[in-house]
Amino acid sequence: MNHETMMQVENLKVHFDVSSEGDMLWTKRKKLQAVNGVSFELKSGETLGIVGESGCGKSTLARAIISMVPAETGRVLWFGKDLLALNKTEMRKHRKEIQMIFQDPLASLNPRMTIGEIIAEPLKTHYPKTSKADIKARVGDVMNKVGLLENLINRYPHEFSGGQCQRIGIARALILKPKLIICDEPVSALDVSIQAQVINLLMDLQKEMGLTLIFIAHDLSIVKHISTKIMVLYMGNIVELAKSEDIYNHPRHPYTQALISAVPIPDPKIEKNKDLILIEGDLPSPINPPSGCVFRTRCKKAQDICSQEKPELKKAASSHEVACHFND
Amino acid sequence: MIVANKNKIKDMAENLSDSGPGRSLWKDARMRFMQNKAATLSLFVLLVIVAFSFIGSHFAVWSYERIDWNAVGSAAKVGMPSIETGHYFGTDDLGRDIYSRVIQGTQISLMVGILGATVAVVVGTLYGATSGYLGGRTDQIMMRIVDILMSIPYMFVLILLLVVFGRSIIMLFVGIGLLSWLDMSRIVRGQTLNLKNKEFIEAAQAIGVSDYKIIMRHIVPNLLGIVAVYATLLVPGIILAESFISFLGLGVQEPLTSWGALIKEGSNTIMYDTEWQLLFPLAFFVVSLFCFYFIGDGLRDALDPKGR
Repeated sequence: MNHETMMQVENLKVHFDVSSEGDMLWTKRKKLQAVNGVSFELKSGETLGIVGESGCGKSTLARAIISMVPAETGRVLWFGKDLLALNKTEMRKHRKEIQMIFQDPLASLNPRMTIGEIIAEPLKTHYPKTSKADIKARVGDVMNKVGLLENLINRYPHEFSGGQCQRIGIARALILKPKLIICDEPVSALDVSIQAQVINLLMDLQKEMGLTLIFIAHDLSIVKHISTKIMVLYMGNIVELAKSEDIYNHPRHPYTQALISAVPIPDPKIEKNKDLILIEGDLPSPINPPSGCVFRTRCKKAQDICSQEKPELKKAASSHEVACHFND
Repeated sequence: MIVANKNKIKDMAENLSDSGPGRSLWKDARMRFMQNKAATLSLFVLLVIVAFSFIGSHFAVWSYERIDWNAVGSAAKVGMPSIETGHYFGTDDLGRDIYSRVIQGTQISLMVGILGATVAVVVGTLYGATSGYLGGRTDQIMMRIVDILMSIPYMFVLILLLVVFGRSIIMLFVGIGLLSWLDMSRIVRGQTLNLKNKEFIEAAQAIGVSDYKIIMRHIVPNLLGIVAVYATLLVPGIILAESFISFLGLGVQEPLTSWGALIKEGSNTIMYDTEWQLLFPLAFFVVSLFCFYFIGDGLRDALDPKGR
């Protein structure tokens, strides 16, 4: 597989206007910085895992990339073409190359449509001239691929279990043979045993079809399993970006270190003697983020410099980037 | 042992899954509706009334326009309901057969009610769904227009229309249709705002489905539950409005008639011991309205099982 650069995100910022109590029409709205200057590169065939606490901007980042949420500044280069500069109609043409899988499997399927109609929708949208027999063949094909029986084509979403619904969601994302699939916490609503099935299905499909994935999750062990590269987000900032093994074996940012130490080890002896790094305090308000390093309010290593200067994302080793003044 | 079981289970699974078409939410709703006795009975009674309004005229001895000169002026003595004279429901003061006139009035009233509700539902749903889905400034402008139209007194405009443009059924439709979609559009918009944030809408947007298709394919079908309920409650409302207008003497033109007009005539002559002139049209009117309300109730329970 050739590893050409597929997507380049440069300094992407997403801000939301927040109105608080007592605001008048003319009051200047406060800004919530959901994603604050994120840059990364995605090569084809890779799986980028995005992890972070809830509310750290994972989903917003994903939605901003495919301009479902308007970005404040920044560029998203898709094979060299800036997606954010496109208008709605031009963007629509590119949507067939980037598909998405959602968190709640049942809620992401229209309850009034049959499975066949749901899976065929992308096809009908982008290739309206496809014949009925052709559509049916391709729907059946893709259903087989994700492990659904073809004769379920006339069923409705509420007749399926969560895991099956997620397979339907995956089938819908696959039918156009996209280049990139964004998975927004695709397994967090599922049982642990079903999670493994869906993850393995995604990995098999990736191998088979040469997909590139952006995989959002808050479960580190799952991300480790599927990702080649991991991005750790904290309050809309990348704190660490490195290869999967590097993050696990040598986490450099204090936040990542704490996250990794929180992953349970399935061995009670090791688990008991493991030194757990606890992060104290609450997540600061994203409307009024701390000056300098966003993590300094909860960081053990915090010094004066942390409140004065925002640490840049710097290369600590080859393909291992950290945003900390004290990375060692 | 386990292997054998596995094969058995596999067979079973294949048999189970090979059950053809699935059960849609509509089928589920129909089953729940059928379990509601009041609603099913109402639906049946209403269908009988509708059938009667089409078939009943074949059994009529007198047409609705023909005057029985014997009964003119002496309806109290001669024009009472009887099978021998052919006036099953009696005659009115002008010697016209109430049986035929009730059939005719039923047709007009139901037509006004159902057509009026259809117009309101179609316009209101599309307007409300568009406004709610597009949101932002479009939504603001569209809803302010509704607010303005709503602030105009409904009956007043209708009466004015009928006085200025003359009494006709078409004018009645225009007047009622013009104003009754407003409530509908508001309800639909509220529901659309609710639906808009569901993940399947987001999924459709991510796929690249156009706004028009999202509204038609994803939003409207999911609204139909509440729309169907509201429509069945709207029909009696419109029949009532038409009856009121007819009662005031501004409704349909003679010799055509409607329930409201018949009730008005009946109530005018009640002191001359001709109570059948009031009771027959009134019975049809009341029974039909009850049916519509019960059906609406049943539909609401059937389409929204969680709401109970």
